[in-house]
Amino acid sequence: MTSTHRFTAFTAGARDTIPMLIGAAPFGVIFGTLVASGPLHLWHGQLMSLIVFAGSAQFIALGLVAGHASFAVIWATTFVVNLRHVLYSATLAPYVAHLPARWRWALGGLLTDEVFAVAWAHYRLHPPGSVGPYYFLGSGLSMYLNWQLWTLAGLLFGAAFPGLQSLGLDFAMVATFIAIVVPQLVALRYLAAAVTAGALAFFWQAWPYKLGLLAAVFAGVVVGVLLSRPRGARRTTVEASR
Amino acid sequence: MNDVLMIVGMALITWMIRATVFVLGDRLVFPPLVRTALGFVPVTVLTAIIVPMAVSPHGGGAELTWRNPQLIGALAAVAVSALTKRPLLTIAVGLAVFFVWQALLPTLLPTLLPK
Repeated sequence: MTSTHRFTAFTAGARDTIPMLIGAAPFGVIFGTLVASGPLHLWHGQLMSLIVFAGSAQFIALGLVAGHASFAVIWATTFVVNLRHVLYSATLAPYVAHLPARWRWALGGLLTDEVFAVAWAHYRLHPPGSVGPYYFLGSGLSMYLNWQLWTLAGLLFGAAFPGLQSLGLDFAMVATFIAIVVPQLVALRYLAAAVTAGALAFFWQAWPYKLGLLAAVFAGVVVGVLLSRPRGARRTTVEASR
Repeated sequence: MNDVLMIVGMALITWMIRATVFVLGDRLVFPPLVRTALGFVPVTVLTAIIVPMAVSPHGGGAELTWRNPQLIGALAAVAVSALTKRPLLTIAVGLAVFFVWQALLPTLLPTLLPK
């Protein structure tokens, strides 16, 4: 791969992530603002964005710190809240398996909800092993730098942006995810899996630590798997149950 | 200092969760059932993230009403995507419907729509 191709792939990944950058911006600012008004030092907030780079876990950690939770509780919560990322890396694993280990560590570190959505939408159009790491890197790195920038803006000027949440900028993420998901609902099994997961995620959204989301995804996947069983296998089960 | 330790611990946990499956690579072979299941992860997880954002944008109960710009914008995006399968057009129309609806809501719509 020539350096021109690498650069083209990198910028394509960054470009396709632009709506996600807009959607994440208010959360970065709000996170920074919350740090500035809480017990942590300002630089602790930036450090968290720099090395943890996980929006939901960072917000929940702030709440736990303010409530004087122990480190064990904070770490266990971080683990549970981020568990969905195992599904992301398992889904994308075939597409990065051919890369050197240092690339896999780096891309894994950048694998947020948004980067997963963008990278998967790109990879699924190609056979595993045929796509280099630069598209993924462009998406992940743009998301990473964006998160640092808006965290810093919130830390320094957060108080100057009241009502940021009510602008609804996070809708950019909704629109982008719809653009990625709807074209995939080509068969009943995918539609049924998505509808199950979406409906249950709504009903279970009050569960703590994103466990409702995890359970809804699990239920949706089970529905999809049940509908994917080959006809022969289904008939055998029916016969066996007679 | 203690807070730095707390943050470094969070970072290591998050990184391990995200990168372990990548790093194990070929040493981790998924059985066919797991591979089938993973095929449903993208559509289920992305739908599970956005449905609560569109249906109850304020975190409480369902807002299944014309007065919910997130819901109207999402329905417009679903329609455009289903008809055209064009991602950029879907995002553009969804965002435009959302922001126009949100801007008009306090001024124009109360006179047009029944309470």
